[in-house]
Amino acid sequence: MKTLFSIAVVLSLLAGCDREKRSYKDQSPYVEEAPNKVVQSDLHPGMMPPPASTEKNVYSESAYDVAEGQKLFQQYNCSGCHFHGGGGIGPPLMDSDWIYGSDPQNIRATILEGRPNGMPSFRGKIADHQVWEIVAYVRSLSGLLPKDISPGRSDEMSLGTTPQQTHPQYPKKEQPGLNREEKPK
Amino acid sequence: MYLAFRPIFVFVLLAAFISGCNSRSHTSSAQEPPHGGVMQPYAGKLPPDDGQWTMPAKDYGAYRYSQMEQINTSNAKDLKLAFTFSTGTVNGLEAAPLVVNNTMYIITSFPNFLYALDLTKAGAPMKWAYDPKPVASAKGVACCDLVNRGGSYYNGKIIYATLDGYAIAVDANDGHEVWKTKVGDINIGETITMAAQVVKDKVLVGNSGGEFGVRGWIIALNADTGKIVWKAYNTGPDKDVLIGPRFKPFYDMDKGKDLGVSSWNPDQWKIGGGNVWGWISYDPDLNIVYHGTGNPGPWNPDQRPGDNKWTSGIFARDADTGEALWYYQWSPHDMHDYDGINEQILLDLPIDGKIRKVLVRPERNGYIYVLDRTTGEVLSATPYGHITTSTGVDLKTGRLQMNEALKPTPGKVVHGACPASPGVKDWNPSAFSPKTGLLYLPHNNLCMDWESVETGYIAGTPYVGADVKMYPGPGGNGGVFSAWDPINKKEVWHFDDRFPVWSGALATAGNVVFYGTMDGWFIARDAKDGHELWRFKTGSGIIGQPITYKGPDGKQYVAILSGVGGWAGAIVTGGLDVRDPTAALGFANATAELPKYTNKGGMLYVFALP
Ligand code: HEC
Repeated sequence: MKTLFSIAVVLSLLAGCDREKRSYKDQSPYVEEAPNKVVQSDLHPGMMPPPASTEKNVYSESAYDVAEGQKLFQQYNCSGCHFHGGGGIGPPLMDSDWIYGSDPQNIRATILEGRPNGMPSFRGKIADHQVWEIVAYVRSLSGLLPKDISPGRSDEMSLGTTPQQTHPQYPKKEQPGLNREEKPK
Repeated sequence: MYLAFRPIFVFVLLAAFISGCNSRSHTSSAQEPPHGGVMQPYAGKLPPDDGQWTMPAKDYGAYRYSQMEQINTSNAKDLKLAFTFSTGTVNGLEAAPLVVNNTMYIITSFPNFLYALDLTKAGAPMKWAYDPKPVASAKGVACCDLVNRGGSYYNGKIIYATLDGYAIAVDANDGHEVWKTKVGDINIGETITMAAQVVKDKVLVGNSGGEFGVRGWIIALNADTGKIVWKAYNTGPDKDVLIGPRFKPFYDMDKGKDLGVSSWNPDQWKIGGGNVWGWISYDPDLNIVYHGTGNPGPWNPDQRPGDNKWTSGIFARDADTGEALWYYQWSPHDMHDYDGINEQILLDLPIDGKIRKVLVRPERNGYIYVLDRTTGEVLSATPYGHITTSTGVDLKTGRLQMNEALKPTPGKVVHGACPASPGVKDWNPSAFSPKTGLLYLPHNNLCMDWESVETGYIAGTPYVGADVKMYPGPGGNGGVFSAWDPINKKEVWHFDDRFPVWSGALATAGNVVFYGTMDGWFIARDAKDGHELWRFKTGSGIIGQPITYKGPDGKQYVAILSGVGGWAGAIVTGGLDVRDPTAALGFANATAELPKYTNKGGMLYVFALP
């Protein structure tokens, strides 16, 4: 955990360095060209759908990818803004609403290029194969992957996933003083 | 979705009930507010009142009190809507409107519009609007919705700060930009949410970013030109903190050279927080400004051993030079995100037979502190809500006594830590009525479970390191509105609310106090016994600060911005998914039902007697 975390920090420190960037590119041919080709609209002028993106999700969405992606999601502080999918600073990722698309290519573009309302661009900061692992994890959050390869949510958080509306030591009781029970005078 | 969780919820209730039976010892160590306070008119000097509202708290002493008494306990029931105005925004509205020269000024949440409304004309039409065009990316580094807490009027200008880090002065007559000074950098996670406070000829602003490893500071700018006059950091070497020969802290724990460096592991102070995003008070006789400092970063306390000076504390500074005069740390080595930035009410109170110049601070960690504002000595610290994380304040050493059992430790989930991170009270300011001598406190009743997780610093991204899940405290109500006797240090009365009471309070000489609820009710209560006089349902939840003013027609008006949001309302403005109880730093779980009660959308409501 610690080492991975230091790697993340070192990677982010080196991010400005051109040589590092090139080495990512060497790992995968997809870094520079693909995101521009990602379709963002359901409107197709002239009724002609654009040609399908030639880009592929080079890493399969296996249980391993999802598990790795889950760790990286924490290490790159995605969780700081999106928490465990419920959202906060950034939108929820576990629901069915997608501003910028749920295809692997859309999500990859979101991560690499950033989005205007506060999603940082991680281009050059995360190795390409790791981006794909994160994509797999993000998709698993909203149930876009088959159940058997999605992570058990309990691994990530010992707090548990049960919404809880009361103090553990005090059962909820009716509040005679609750001002909503008062009639306007 | 709520229904789907019902069975689990019932199960949790049962479990909670059963577990309650074998944890008595722990429960009994909790502290509760003492009851039985009394009213006693305030004998100290009052600031003059011209019926305007020119700065965040109306006055330098942070009373949020108006001497107008047309609206009183017998006629408040007749209050009627006078006019409204849509702000065109959807994020939480926390600011107090300003009223100067028969014009009302509204500062909104992002994109930080400034509107001027002409009070001399029917329906208060818009005179002009100013759009600072803050960059949209700033939204990604604002921890807790995109709020702005207001601004000040000075010499023909309205001065406020934008989320993307600019302090701006706008001509109050025609809305043109007079000056604009960049003070923050969103790329290191800095934003500005606090209300710019004018003090004499300067304006003070500080940065937010305690959840992004941002090093906190406060800046004084020349209010006419926007030139920076002084800047004080709240971590790091003494010279950066403006600590020099005049610095005389009261307690030994705050004495020593460069504590802003030595109370951290090497270099951690550079990303250590201590932000200034709350309230500033000013004592004109002493020429001292008082401001709190925010939580240390990251939240995970194991990653930052030491007292983490000068976070979660309060500074007294020379208003002209910014030099630190004294400091007191509410929460040394804070372990629960108890920012120390709440309002400080400056009063001269009889204590042990002597009139003392004090500062009253309802602090996030759960105590109402009374400090000697000339020296920083703690005269008392009394619980005003349910507290389990600490057992009291040692008045000899000044140190908060922590409950060892509820210290976050790696690999362990801490249950039932009260208050939760937003504290017994967060930023939303209380009001003081000299007529009753009572302090009116809108506040929270929240507890939390906390698990520390290791986090790495990546500039411009969150630096927190904790999974948190909050829920209402004993009784199941998330919020409380109470009246407090600051001399006898006791609660006089209180009313519970389902949700945290996240609005400010207003006190008036007509003995009517006002506040709003997160489900949208604007409420007037009798300042003496708290009984409800009137309520009005606004379009969205209320987290704004009510004000009152004298209109051009000589009548008393009361104004409030409605528009849910803020940390407590992020679940609504962000459309968060409560299946993840850690959403919005764990707050979404505590206000999970809020979307069933209210919706987003900003609107000004102004009321008057017919
Ligand atoms: C500093 C806060 C922040 C961090 C860190 C962050 N995000 Fe985001 N994210 C946002 C915001 C804000 C948006 C919304 C952007 C918009 O609407 O333009 C967003 C949008 C997204 C979206 C698009 C959702 C949609 O509905 O289309 C995805 C996917 C996403 N983020 C994934 C990630 C991943 C993966 C990481 C880590 C590599 C990450 N984010 C890190 C703030 C953040």
